[in-house]
Amino acid sequence: MKLAYWMYAGPAHIGTLRIASSFKNVHAIMHAPLGDDYFNVMRSMLSRERDFTPVTTSVVDRHVLARGSQEKVVDNITRKDKEESPDLIVLTPTCTSSILQEDLANFVERAQIDADGDVMLADVNHYRANELQAADRTLQQIVDFYLKKAAKQGDLPEGKTEQPSVNIIGITTLGFHNNHDITELKRLMADLGITVNAVIPEGASVHELKNLPKAWFNLIPYREIGSMTAEYLLREHDMPYVDITPMGVVETARCIRAIQKILNERGVDANYDQFIDDQTRFASQAAWFSRSIDCQNLTGKRCVVFGDNTHAAALTKILSREMGLKVVLAGTYCKYDDAWFRNQVDGYCDEVLVSEDNGAIADKIAQLEPAAIFGTQMERHVGKRLNIPCGVIAAPIHVQNFPVGYRPFLGYEGANQVVDLIYNSFTLGMEDHLLEIFGGHDTKEAITQTLSADADLSWTTDGLKELKRVPGFVRGKVKRNTEKFAREQGHTEITAEVMYAAKEAVGA
Amino acid sequence: MTTTANTSALEFDCDTGNYHTFCPISCVAWLYQKIEDSFFLVIGTKTCGYFLQNAMGVMIFAEPRYAMAELEEGDISAKLNDYEELKRLCLQIKRDRNPSVIVWIGTCTTEIIKTDLEGIAPKLEGEIGIPIVVARANGLDYAFTQGEDTVLAAMAQRCPTEEPATPAVEPEKQERNGIGKLLSLGRKTEAAAPDEAPAADEYYDHTPLILFGSVPNPVVTQLNLELKKQGVKVSGWLPENRYTDLPVIKEGYFASGVNPFLSRTASTLMRRKKAKVIGAPFPIGPDGTRAWVEKICSVLDIEPKGLDEREAKIWESVEDYVSLIRGKSVYFMGDNLLEIAMARFLIRCGMTVPEIGIPYMDKRFQGAELQFLERTCEEMGVPKPKITEKPDNYNQIQRILEIEPDLVITGMAHANPLEARGINTKWSVEFTFAQIHGFGNTRDILELVTRPLRRNSNLKELGWDKLVKEDAKV
Repeated sequence: MKLAYWMYAGPAHIGTLRIASSFKNVHAIMHAPLGDDYFNVMRSMLSRERDFTPVTTSVVDRHVLARGSQEKVVDNITRKDKEESPDLIVLTPTCTSSILQEDLANFVERAQIDADGDVMLADVNHYRANELQAADRTLQQIVDFYLKKAAKQGDLPEGKTEQPSVNIIGITTLGFHNNHDITELKRLMADLGITVNAVIPEGASVHELKNLPKAWFNLIPYREIGSMTAEYLLREHDMPYVDITPMGVVETARCIRAIQKILNERGVDANYDQFIDDQTRFASQAAWFSRSIDCQNLTGKRCVVFGDNTHAAALTKILSREMGLKVVLAGTYCKYDDAWFRNQVDGYCDEVLVSEDNGAIADKIAQLEPAAIFGTQMERHVGKRLNIPCGVIAAPIHVQNFPVGYRPFLGYEGANQVVDLIYNSFTLGMEDHLLEIFGGHDTKEAITQTLSADADLSWTTDGLKELKRVPGFVRGKVKRNTEKFAREQGHTEITAEVMYAAKEAVGA
Repeated sequence: MTTTANTSALEFDCDTGNYHTFCPISCVAWLYQKIEDSFFLVIGTKTCGYFLQNAMGVMIFAEPRYAMAELEEGDISAKLNDYEELKRLCLQIKRDRNPSVIVWIGTCTTEIIKTDLEGIAPKLEGEIGIPIVVARANGLDYAFTQGEDTVLAAMAQRCPTEEPATPAVEPEKQERNGIGKLLSLGRKTEAAAPDEAPAADEYYDHTPLILFGSVPNPVVTQLNLELKKQGVKVSGWLPENRYTDLPVIKEGYFASGVNPFLSRTASTLMRRKKAKVIGAPFPIGPDGTRAWVEKICSVLDIEPKGLDEREAKIWESVEDYVSLIRGKSVYFMGDNLLEIAMARFLIRCGMTVPEIGIPYMDKRFQGAELQFLERTCEEMGVPKPKITEKPDNYNQIQRILEIEPDLVITGMAHANPLEARGINTKWSVEFTFAQIHGFGNTRDILELVTRPLRRNSNLKELGWDKLVKEDAKV
């Protein structure tokens, strides 16, 4: 057992559900107790989905515990198959169902007999994989399933597309700014003269999967999700891939050069040097920003970076290499892949921390006292407690990290966004310090007096106690309204009773 | 219970139970805040922890007095010893937080692997010197608010049956010791003229009354004051703000629930503590509050006073909101067990209710509320709603799209998709966290209920009500 308050990556089934519900017309059925379907809440609330999340539960209750699921799972699968005719139903085990050790594979086989769509069991161990690993695995599993199916039916298209083309792999629902990143990546590919053959899983149909091998190469923008699929496609279909995250000006250039190399190897005379130079120096503002005097002021400022592998590594490099800041600590919660992280940030930070323990990171931040933090929502709250500004760069995230406006982190526009994020964190920090040194914006006392300061009324202890329970932001209003009411009613003392009478009478 | 359930005329249905609700472990979110000296330890997996941190959102960052005892593979396969593991964690909690009670929340996983929490707790309690209360609030058996029920039922058994040896009560402290005061004051009040309210600290001499249900402190004060107006003394609440202040409950005491989901607590109070539970409608809405007060008074043999005017005045003060919903229809998908009382109140406001979904329907504990619902329908001249226990959300959505109610009260999983299809929704969870009890909070309920209607009537002219391209296919 482990005492835990917070976790960075969710349980495995969340990863599977993220993949399944990213695809078009794929339905997931969780084998889980009542209440485990909060994935639907997250998707509906965080990413403000307009459509019903295609996830239902085959409920594990007392009866299931006593007698096994029996027909229940099979019935639920075939029912969903009839109701919504999905192309694929993914039966998703949860931590509860993995200890029940029911033969879910057998249920899938039986359901497949009656179902018109395909049925599959997500192959994920709940006690060994987290959300990200499970997502990576499930995506590969679905790709494998449909490529094998097409091969068996002799349906696999031959050869490559005429023009250079790419599959972008790993864009998912509930992924950090993924919906903006994909727009930016598509734009970048268009600028490079590369056709996008497929984007998976977000918005893709499983019927398109058989076309994956037609692309010339695969692009894996995020380290966490898509790598297994890319490896699989390399192994089975001899497709090269680029897994350099185009985040920050330097890494974007590196990513484009890697693409250039692949195209050149395939006999295309692509040369993107001019494009990179144009974008870097003139189209994007990030390079110019780092040269400007604003950024000079940031030189040597100490910061801490923490997040998933992709974002924490990229940001560490941007801060240190592109903006001249000092990263005193770079960390990741992707413990299962820590060698990669250490290798990426080597030379760009003083210290590396790999941990899933929020307390350890908070302690480290308190000890290092950086000028700014770039982390997840959890580090943002650590920053709040310690009065250190924080820019959010990775999941876990809140609804505010699903902005409506265009906010990619990748590509040249992404580099601009990252500059704003970094710079805004710091100015806030400076402003704060100045305010502190000079004692605040407005030190006149008159402002703090309320209308009641010279009143003829007194508050009794119980009245005051109740008043204190009113949330701070409306307390002043409640106080004024109550006193107004008391005066009208001729009370000289305000008790809890008077206060609630006022609430009833005037909605105070 | 003092009333018998006789609710024949309402139509009850039971569907597949395939609905969305919160896991009952969510009760730690409000209970740890309510019981200030407690620590809640949820013994479960990452799935439970992830739910709590997502469902509780910001609350979690305020150094909560709750944590997960996250089970690992070694715990599942019994390679590790439960007792030793729990002891290690509880000692750590004792060292870091020093709570007055540790509440263990059993989950689905501890059920399935049959961890003997009830057996381990007393032993460990002796060893570490902190009371350990065990509540099995799991998704195999319960829904959402029923979690609180399992915790309060477990806590009810810890309520003292005897006064603690009074350490020489100082005069100014008498307020704290409600029962002592009550016993000595009883005679005096009887002299008060029957048609005038008893003076500030005077109560009738009645059998002690305990209220049960966790509500925010302002609501506690309001309900206490409401009963005080009738000369009824509330001797204690289950739970109190501190575990160490749990009320004395002796055989023969009266108890009344303030929330509809507390049936296990009610039966524990009856069977284990030999208290008499007053079966009343719940104090939600002015009609419910009045009926609740009246019922308590009638059981205590007190003539209630001034309730007519009080209720009328409240209705008058919220007429602006009531006029917005009068004649409109509201559909409850069902997820928190407040549905019957809420529907009854909204019918009294002039709404119609085609269907009330509810996770679990205790016809005995909610008997008085069900009768009240029925009576309200008759008095308002509206058809009686169909009550669907263990609803099936898919089927419900088909019905919603067909009948197009003016308002759907539903969980967050369905709210946005329904809004996108032009259906007004209100998240049901808000009613669990808002202050909805007593006369004084009537406006707050209506504020929530009317908010989507007010918002959407602001936007009506824009022609944006349907925001999905395909036909509403679910």
